[in-house]
Amino acid sequence: MGNVAIIGVGQSTFSRQYPGSIRELAFDAFSEAMKDAQITTKDIDGSVICSSPEYDKQRSPSSLVAEYLGLIPIPTFYVETLCSSSSTGLKLAYSLIESGLHDMIAIVGVQKMSEISSKESQERMGRGADIQWESPFGTMMPAYYAMHAQAYLDKYDAELDDLAKVRVKSATYGQLNEKAYYRKPVALEDFTTEGSKMADPVSSPLRVGDCCANADGSSCVIVASEEKAKSFCKKPIWVLGIGAGLASVNMTGRESLTSLSAAEVAAEQAYKMAGVGPKDIDVAEVHDCFTIAEVMAYENLGFAEKGGAKELIRGKETYKEGSIPVNVDGGLLSKGHPIGATGGSQIRTIVLQLRDEAGQMQVKDPQIGLVHNIGGVGVYGNVTILGREQRG
Amino acid sequence: MAKPDIDDRFKKFGTVSFTSITKTNDFIDYLEKDQVMATKCKDCGETFFPPRADCYKCLSSNIEWVEVKGKGKLVSFSKLQYGPIGFEEDLPYSIALLNYGDYQVFGRIAKDVSEADIKIGMEMKTVANKLPNGQLNYVFTKA
Ligand SMILES: [Zn+2]
Repeated sequence: MGNVAIIGVGQSTFSRQYPGSIRELAFDAFSEAMKDAQITTKDIDGSVICSSPEYDKQRSPSSLVAEYLGLIPIPTFYVETLCSSSSTGLKLAYSLIESGLHDMIAIVGVQKMSEISSKESQERMGRGADIQWESPFGTMMPAYYAMHAQAYLDKYDAELDDLAKVRVKSATYGQLNEKAYYRKPVALEDFTTEGSKMADPVSSPLRVGDCCANADGSSCVIVASEEKAKSFCKKPIWVLGIGAGLASVNMTGRESLTSLSAAEVAAEQAYKMAGVGPKDIDVAEVHDCFTIAEVMAYENLGFAEKGGAKELIRGKETYKEGSIPVNVDGGLLSKGHPIGATGGSQIRTIVLQLRDEAGQMQVKDPQIGLVHNIGGVGVYGNVTILGREQRG
Repeated sequence: MAKPDIDDRFKKFGTVSFTSITKTNDFIDYLEKDQVMATKCKDCGETFFPPRADCYKCLSSNIEWVEVKGKGKLVSFSKLQYGPIGFEEDLPYSIALLNYGDYQVFGRIAKDVSEADIKIGMEMKTVANKLPNGQLNYVFTKA
């Protein structure tokens, strides 16, 4: 097996209302990644466009996005796994390069959530569930993660404060991330102060502060074959392991609500392929669409035993100076969550970390990083392991 | 020429139904008779909730209806303060998952169950329910 490397990354600023069209939004991340990689469109021989189409008015948006980016006549592939679309895009691009069909691919994640109203967007979120048997009860994304939180707190004697501490950590770094949507500090007291926005109940036990916000945003990751990477790039970051798994959409098919089985399956594959374990990870990005999601991620990735996540967050072990820094770019909770672009943004953060280019958010000398990106309520699990050095 | 009748009984399911045509439409007729039903594969004996028209275990479509009877254990729940479009009048309401051993049932907790009484692990039963707008669903009540 050869190797595939990331040679360029880019991301738009994530915001509540992007002042342009979807294709223009995609351009922001694409142009940044192209300049980062110091290449031109002639060097690229394929594109993968990642978004969740129910937010787009344009039918089959991939072709129009590719056209605007100047990626004609090379082929484009459209990928959708809800919130993990661009991690799935990376897996597809990896396979296209490993197969020998392609040499260099741009993976563009884009989502303009404000294309439709917030209420419409909530309705679509509900339809991410089983529309025949669950949605008629009036379900929404926060309510499903809230059911996981309720079960988790009950089983492991964790506290609501443990969830709030995840948000406090996120805000610590969100303030440093100029591309994040939410850049204000958050204190633990904000979750218990009456009248505080953070404390406002959404779906018990989750409060506003436990939930990330929808955002408009784009991301771009450029990957290349070993040969191309070495000739084009001084600091290629290597894809060491990729894992993906699936869980039932309908909650009736879940064996447990205290863990995401698709993430466990993906982590096991990625670790095996990379030949590393949880202890080898120096910095991680996990899918914190809700605080409980980050808590479960610690355990599903093996950073903590089952029920042990609360000790990690209480001991500040997932802060920048801790034993396993997680989401030191502010995560989805601070950056905002533009569905199709989110995975690419997570990948970008780890690439910058491994290149020692993360500025104030830089973790000390990381060699191996991990991205955990979940689509739907634990439906699509994706784990990607990146490294400074190639696989041996 | 008369158009063939479309069997869209499933449009009656839930406050807002998102799909109306399914081979499991008889579920609605049972709900009208106050019965909440699962399906069972006649060939391999597997029971399914939500009901399926086809068995993925043995690839048979030889299915019969069986009643969701007895008590299930509450796996988890959440009380929503915000809902999707069309559910505003129902708020607040609690969604929940019950474990019956052979299968699980996802639905809503009955309005008259007080929040203080809801505990994970408690036994509940599933009963058919008529909604104010004339639609049908089922809810969980104290066993
Ligand atoms: Zn069968």
